[in-house]
This record gives sequence, structure tokens and C-alpha cells, in this order.
Amino acid sequence: MAADTTLSPVTRRSSWSSLRSWDGAITLVLLLVLAAAALSVDNFTNIGNLKFLLLDSITIALIALPMTLIVITGEIDLSVASTLGLTSAVMGQLWTANVSLELAVVGVVLLGAVLGAVNGTFVTRFGLPSLAVTIGTLAAYRGLAFVVLGSRAVADFPIGWTSTTTRAIGSTFVPLAILPLVLLGSVFAIVLHRTAVGRAMYVIGHNDEAATFSGIDPARTRFWLFVTSGAISGLAGVFWTLRYASARADNAQGLELAVVAAVLLGGVSIFGGRGSLPGVLAAVLLLGTIRNALQLQNVSADVLDIVTGLLLIISVLTPNLIARLSARRHRRALARGATPVPGPT
Amino acid sequence: MTARITDPPTTAPDVTASAPVAAAPGLLSRVLHARELGIVLALVALVTVTALRNPRFLSPQSLRDLLLSASIVAVLAVGQTAVIVTRNVDLSVGSILGLTAFGVGKLFIAAPELPVIIGILVAVVGGALLGALNGGLIAAARVPALVVTLGTLYIFRGVDFAWASGQQINAGDMPDDLLALGTRTVLGVPILAIVAVVVAGLASWYLASYRSGRELYAIGSDPDAARLYGIDVGRRVLGAFVFSGATAGLAGAMYAARFGTLDATAGRGIELEVVAAAVVGGVAIFGGSGTAYGAAIGALLLTTISTSLAVLRINPFWQQAVVGLLILLAIGLDRLLTIRAERSLRGRSPHGR
Repeated sequence: MAADTTLSPVTRRSSWSSLRSWDGAITLVLLLVLAAAALSVDNFTNIGNLKFLLLDSITIALIALPMTLIVITGEIDLSVASTLGLTSAVMGQLWTANVSLELAVVGVVLLGAVLGAVNGTFVTRFGLPSLAVTIGTLAAYRGLAFVVLGSRAVADFPIGWTSTTTRAIGSTFVPLAILPLVLLGSVFAIVLHRTAVGRAMYVIGHNDEAATFSGIDPARTRFWLFVTSGAISGLAGVFWTLRYASARADNAQGLELAVVAAVLLGGVSIFGGRGSLPGVLAAVLLLGTIRNALQLQNVSADVLDIVTGLLLIISVLTPNLIARLSARRHRRALARGATPVPGPT
Repeated sequence: MTARITDPPTTAPDVTASAPVAAAPGLLSRVLHARELGIVLALVALVTVTALRNPRFLSPQSLRDLLLSASIVAVLAVGQTAVIVTRNVDLSVGSILGLTAFGVGKLFIAAPELPVIIGILVAVVGGALLGALNGGLIAAARVPALVVTLGTLYIFRGVDFAWASGQQINAGDMPDDLLALGTRTVLGVPILAIVAVVVAGLASWYLASYRSGRELYAIGSDPDAARLYGIDVGRRVLGAFVFSGATAGLAGAMYAARFGTLDATAGRGIELEVVAAAVVGGVAIFGGSGTAYGAAIGALLLTTISTSLAVLRINPFWQQAVVGLLILLAIGLDRLLTIRAERSLRGRSPHGR
């Protein structure tokens, strides 16, 4: 292989080949789980249930789009669920104040972008680690959501809006609300996998300095990714509010963990520089399917967290084990052959 | 090794093999001093302002309540410090607290005659085992602790829920001796607060004075350099996680003593407050610097803020927002101090950098 002539052939090759197969593996697991659920879980294939499965996955899928890009550039945004909560609270407050819903929706998506810009400013201008910054804004934005709405709930949204959000397309189980996700997902996938900007994100995740020398501005790319993440979280806030017809300050509390779990399970490396959107979307569906199937078996939602946690840990353990195994195989091959190449580190 | 880190009070004298390190570099200690001094000043200012507006804030009862509320987060923040200085983070502490608190409750229901100290020890050891699981997984997966402890946060809490399956343990099921620990005072100071002070003091002393403690800072400053220097990074990091787990177990026992009523949600979401307390208390989130007593004072400051908000009749919903702003302020300040320290170092060296 030509790639073998690079400096650290073993790690390079094994990580790339495990990346290529990770998407496939996770999709295969998804299909197997879907088949198993369809065969063994009563009511799983019920049209209503499949619709709810998709509806429940949309929020995580939406936020996972920008999160994937952010993690690929080597950063993380833990404030997404709090941004969702704050935008939901503000949307409720605006509606209570008789602002038209069209205006409120545009307003809270812009608010989300501003909240993301705050994250981006702290990370790129002040050079602070995104993990610490977004833990801070996780608390701050959630706190502001409670300041805005307290422990009240705004539920009197117009029925036309809420029922459109949950309506299915025709007589299928596919909800109408999946269309914006498909549209956004395509845009994100094209940008990440088919444009120079997307390639640049991988380069930034691999090596900041190299990116700078090749004419990419890592700071600017990251800043706009945080803005995008905020705006999409705001959009997810709109969706969540209308889907459950309820604006509350504690909406989607803790959801950031589910999003990060899905992104990592989807094969994105927490160190940046590696991952793909199809894998992440398959992982979102996989997590959603498992939760849905277990819920139908009357497993309580809190106990289901065990599954999320286990999958998260398996998803980070597996690539490592594969890499170590292939490194060992490579070492053995080297020992057998007479090539005087220094052993892998 | 791990036992030594888990339980500094009893086994610390064994550590004579690793000689106490003489003195920290002057500049570093000065920067550290500036950090803890700043937070003490903030605390004093906050208490003064609140007391001026409402003198009852300084009444013995109110101060006791304040210390009592701060002690559990303070103990957790001390454990978290040992992990954060190695450039890791332990997000599972809230779940470990919940699991051990519920375990203590179950234990005393099964064996009401059991001495209270045994129950507390079981909680500490149980927490240490869960911490060892974290540390082992991190070593095996070679991924940031954030990811692994995020996973175990879910798993431990899920196990807690599965175990509790909706039931609740009431104060009536708990031995009176345990509940007394949660309310009794010595010379007007709540016992739980004394526990927190002792844990913070011992951990600070250990981290500052023992070779293995100093090595945690070396690892956090530069893991690769620490490895080259011959420090067993994996073992030290594992030790830090065991210690963090043990403090979370202790905090679980303290939680059971203080509240008596337990369900599977005990300590849910507290990890954020704990990380905030450590960061606000001057523990650098990038690792390599910070003290355990600073983290404990950070916990006291956060608790004082929420009490002050109530006393000053400010919307209590502001509390969390203030915590978030404080985290941002603390890491911003930390960054500023680092840059300044670097600049002054560069100024002193004839070669620059």
C-alpha cells in the first residue's frame, strides 16, 4: 500500500481502515437491532410507534449535525441542551407576550446563534478550552432559562402549529418534521464531505498549526461552527417546544450527553480529525431504536441510561482494541519479514 | 498504592519512602496564592455585603446551615481536584454519590444493628471501586476521561434506578447514630463540615508534600514529559480516580446522614457544581495547578452565593446563571494569570522563548 511509506504506517492505516468500516459496522448493527425489534417486540412496527421513534430522534439528530463538525475540529459544545432550554423558555415568554409565532421562531433561532457566538468568542478570541467554556455556559444558559420562565410552563401554543409538527406525511409513519432534518443533514454532509471547508475541518482537528500554514483560519472556522451549533440548538428548541406543546426552562435537560454519546458512537474521534455524518446519523437512530424497543418492554427511561452509557464506552473501547490488534499483527508480520523498519510506537 | 491515595489519614505515614518535596518554585506558589487569595476575598466581600443588608445572615444557625450545605460539595470538589490536576475530569461523581447513598440506606435496612462507621467505610470502599472502574476503563480505552466518565455517569445512575425501582428509603429506616452525624455539632460546627475540612486539609497536604502527590501535578502539566521522567502515569491517574471515587462514596454516606430520605435521584447533576467549585477555587481545568483547599473554598463560595441570593431576596433562579458566569470568569482569570506568568518568565530568561 502506498500509505505504508508514511512515517507511522501502522497507526495511520489501521485508524483509516477502522474509520471506513465503522460507518458500515454501525449501520449493520442498526439494521440487526431494527430486525430484532421488529420480530420480537410487540407493537414496534406499529405505524404510530415508528412515527414516535423518528420524532424522538429528530432533536438529537439535529443537534448532532453541528456537534459532529465541532468534534471533528477537536472541540466540543456541551451547552447545546441549555441553549435549547433557553430558546424554548424565551419562545414561551414571547408567545405569552403576544408576539406572533413566526417572529418568535425567527427570534429564538437568532438568539441561539448569539448564544453560540458567545461560546465561539470565549473559545477563539480568549483561547479558552471549549470543554470548560461550554460547561460554564451550560450552567449559565440553563440558569437564564429559569430566570426567564421560572418553573412555569407555557402550553397554549396554537393547535395548528403543534399538530403540524407531529403530523405524518400522508398515511406513512414518516413525520413531516423530518423534512427540515433531511434538508439540513444534506447541507451539512455536502459541506463536510464534498467541500474544501469540510476538508479543512479535518485538517484543523488533526493539527492546528498545519492548518494555519496551509492557509486555513482555524479560529474563524471554529467560531462559525459554534454559531451554527447555537442556531441549530435554537431550531431544536422550537421543534421541542412545538412537539411537546410545552415551553419549559428545564426542557431537554441533560440532552447534551445523549448527543455526545451519539456522535462518538457514530465513529467521530474525540481527539478530532476523524468521523463522518452518515455514521453519526446511524448512531442516533440506533440509540433511538434501542430506547424505543426497551421502553415498549416497560423498561423505565432512567434505567435505559445504562444502555446509552454502555454504548458510549463500547464505542470508544472498540476502535482502540481494533487498532491495538492490528498493530500487533503488523508487528508480527514485521518480525517474520526482514524489513528493517522501526517498530510502531 | 491505591489504598494509600484512597485513605491518606491512616496510611500516610507509610509513605516515608517517597520523601516530601522541599519547596514549590517561588513564582508558581505566588500565582497559586493569588488564586486562592482572590476567592477568599470574593467570599469575604459577599458575606459582608449580605450581612450588611441582613444581619441575620451571620446568626449561628444560618452559618451552620451554610457550612452543612457546603460540606458535601466540598468533599466532592476535593476528590475532583486530584483528578483535574492530572488533566482529567470525573463526571461520574454525582452518580457514585447516588449509588453509594442508596447502598448505605439498603445496608442499614438489611442490618440495622451495624455500627455506623462500618456503613461509612462500605460507602467509601464502594466509591473507590467505582472510581477504579473509571480509571481502568480510561487506561484501557486511552481516551479522555470526559468520555469514559460520561458513560459511567449514565451507567451508575441507571444501575441506581434499576436497584431502587421506584422505591424510597425513609429517615425512619436509618440508624439514629447516622442521622445524628448529619445534625450534630461540635463547638457549634456541624460534624459534616468538620469532615469536609479534615478531608480537604489532608488532601491538600498530601498533594503538596508527597512525591506521588507532586507527580499528579507533573502529569497534568505535561503528560509526555512526566512519562519521560519515569512517572508511572497510568498508575497515578488510576490512583486519582480511586481517590475521587472514594470521596464520592464518603459524600454518599454524608448525603444519607444529612437527608435520611433517599431515592435514586440523590446527587443528580451535582457533578457540574463540583467541577464549578474546583475551577472557581483556582484548580486549572487544563491540569497542573490548583489546591484541594482552594476547591473546598470554591464549594463554600458557590453555596454562599445561593444562600445570599435567598437572603437578599433575589430571584433564586439566578443562582445557576451566576454559577455559570463564575466558571467563565474563573477560567478567564486563570488564562490571564497563565499568560502573565509566561510573560514574566520570558522576561527573566535571557533567551526568551
